[in-house]
Amino acid sequence: MSVISEVLRSAKAVISGMKTTISQIPKEKWTVQYPDVPVTVQPRYRGQHLLHVDEMGKEKCVACYLCAAACPSDCIYIEAEDDPRPYEDRIGRDERYAKVYNIDYGRCIFCGYCVEACPKDAITHGYNFELSVYNRADLLKTKDDLLITKQKQSDKYRVALSSEDVDSEFKEV
Amino acid sequence: MEEALKTAFPFIAISIGILLVFGGVMMIVAYTVLAERKVLGWIQGRIGPNRVGPWGLLQPFADLFKFIFKEDLVPDKSTKFVYYLAPIVALTAAFMPMIVYPFGPPINVDLAAWLPYGLGEGITQIPLRVADLDVGILYVLAITSVGVYGIALAGWSSNSKYSLMGGLRSSAQMISYELAMGASVIGVVLLAGTLSLGGIIDAQIHAPWWSRWFIVPQFVGFVVFLIAAFAETNRVPFDLPEAETELVAGFHTEYSALKFALFFMAEYVNMFTVSVMCVTLFLGGWYIPGLDWVARQTDLVWLFGVGTVGYALISHVGFLLKIFAFLFLYIWVRGTLPRFRFDQLMNFGWKFLLPVALGNVIVTVILVFLMNR
Repeated sequence: MSVISEVLRSAKAVISGMKTTISQIPKEKWTVQYPDVPVTVQPRYRGQHLLHVDEMGKEKCVACYLCAAACPSDCIYIEAEDDPRPYEDRIGRDERYAKVYNIDYGRCIFCGYCVEACPKDAITHGYNFELSVYNRADLLKTKDDLLITKQKQSDKYRVALSSEDVDSEFKEV
Repeated sequence: MEEALKTAFPFIAISIGILLVFGGVMMIVAYTVLAERKVLGWIQGRIGPNRVGPWGLLQPFADLFKFIFKEDLVPDKSTKFVYYLAPIVALTAAFMPMIVYPFGPPINVDLAAWLPYGLGEGITQIPLRVADLDVGILYVLAITSVGVYGIALAGWSSNSKYSLMGGLRSSAQMISYELAMGASVIGVVLLAGTLSLGGIIDAQIHAPWWSRWFIVPQFVGFVVFLIAAFAETNRVPFDLPEAETELVAGFHTEYSALKFALFFMAEYVNMFTVSVMCVTLFLGGWYIPGLDWVARQTDLVWLFGVGTVGYALISHVGFLLKIFAFLFLYIWVRGTLPRFRFDQLMNFGWKFLLPVALGNVIVTVILVFLMNR
C-alpha cells in the first residue's frame, strides 16, 4: 500500500515539475541580444566615471582629495594646481583644479564612494561599461578619458526611465 | 556489363538503403543536439543558439568543425590502444541497430518496370528498412549493451579517478536497468508473438481495436521501458556516469576533440534508438490508425491506400513525429529533473523497476494464456 501511494506521490511531483518547465517555453525570454540591441541600464547604474563641468565648460573639480581618500581600493590619483587667472581664462570653475586626475580601472571596484564623497558633484558614475582593453596599462584612464566633454558615450546602452521596470527581481518569476 | 549489374544489384540496393538511413539518422541526431540546446534555453528563459545561420540552424556543423579542429589530447599514462578503441566501440554499437529501424510500410511497386536490363525482377515491394531480422528486439538489446564496453573501457583506460568512477557507475547502471528493460519488452513480445520489429508493428495493426497501440494493454511495460531507456542512454536523471557536479565529466573527462565528439554522437544516436524502440513496441511504429480507412472512404486509395507511396510517406512522417515527441520528452525531462544519488539509483532499479517489470510479465502471461485458450 505504501509503495503505491509513494509511486503516486512521486509521479505527481514529477508531473508538476514537468508542467512548470514546459510552461516556461512560451514565456518571454530574458536574453538581451547585447551587441545588436542596447542593454537597458538602471538610472543608478555605476559605469565609468564622468568628471563634470559647469555651464561654461569649466571643470567642477577643486582637487580636494576627498574622493581619493574615500576610495577603498586607492585607485584615484590627483595632482592639484592653483590657477589665479580670472574665471574666463581658467580651466576649473574655482581657483584650484586638478592638473592630473587618473583613475586606475584595474583597481576600481565601482563602489561609488568617490561620488558620495565629492562636495562639488564633480565626479559621478556614467553608464559606459565596455572597459575591456588589450593592454593592462590602458586601464589607467586620465582626465582626457573621464571628462564629460571628452568621453565618448557608447551606443550600446539605454538608460531606463524611472517608471520602467527592468530589475529581474521585481519581474514575475 | 548487364550480368555484372545484375549480380551487383542487391548490394547496390542495400548500400543505397544504408546510406539513406545513415544520412537521415545522422541529420536528425545533429539537429537533436541543436533542439536540445534550444529547448533547454527556452525552459531556462533563454533563447539558445541563434548566431550561426538563421535561427542557429547551422550550429551543429559549427560544433562539428570545432570538434575537428580542437587539439587531440591523450593522457600520458593511459592505455593507448584501449583509449583509442573505446569511442569506436561506443559509436559502432550505437550505429548498428540502425539497420532494423522500421521507417515505414513497404511500398508496392513493380521495380522491373522502372529499371533497365530487367533489374529488380520479381521485386514487388520496397521495404522502408534495411533488414528485418527475426530477432530484431534481441539484436537491438544485445548491440546497445555492447555500448557499455565503450564507456567502461574509456573510464578504465584514461587512467584517471573520475573517469574510472564514471565507467564503473555506468557499467553498474546499465547492467541493472537492462534487466528491467528486457523484462518490460517481454510483455510486448508475448502479445505480438514475434521478436521481429516489423512483426510487432503488424501485430499491432491486426490487434483488436482497443489495443491497436500496445501502450494500452502494456502501459506498465511502457512506463518501465521508458524509465529504463533513460537510464540506458545515460540521460538526466540517470546521468551518473557523467555527473558533472561530482565527476568533472565522468568517463569522457580525458577525451577531447573528435574522440569526445564520437562519445557525444553515440549518446544521441542511442537516444534515437530507444525512441525508435519505444515507438515501435508501444506506439504502433509507423502505423497511423484509421489512415487506410480514410483512404477507402474518400476514394483516394490510389493516392494513399495501403502500399502506395502516399501511404508510406504519411506513415513515415507519423513515425518521425512520434520519434520527435520522444526526443522532446528527453530534453524536457533533462530540463526538469535533478540527478539520482547512486544508492537511490540502485534501489530504484533493483527493488522497484525490476519487480514491477516481472510482475507485468506474469500478468501478461496469464492474460495471454487465458485469451488464447
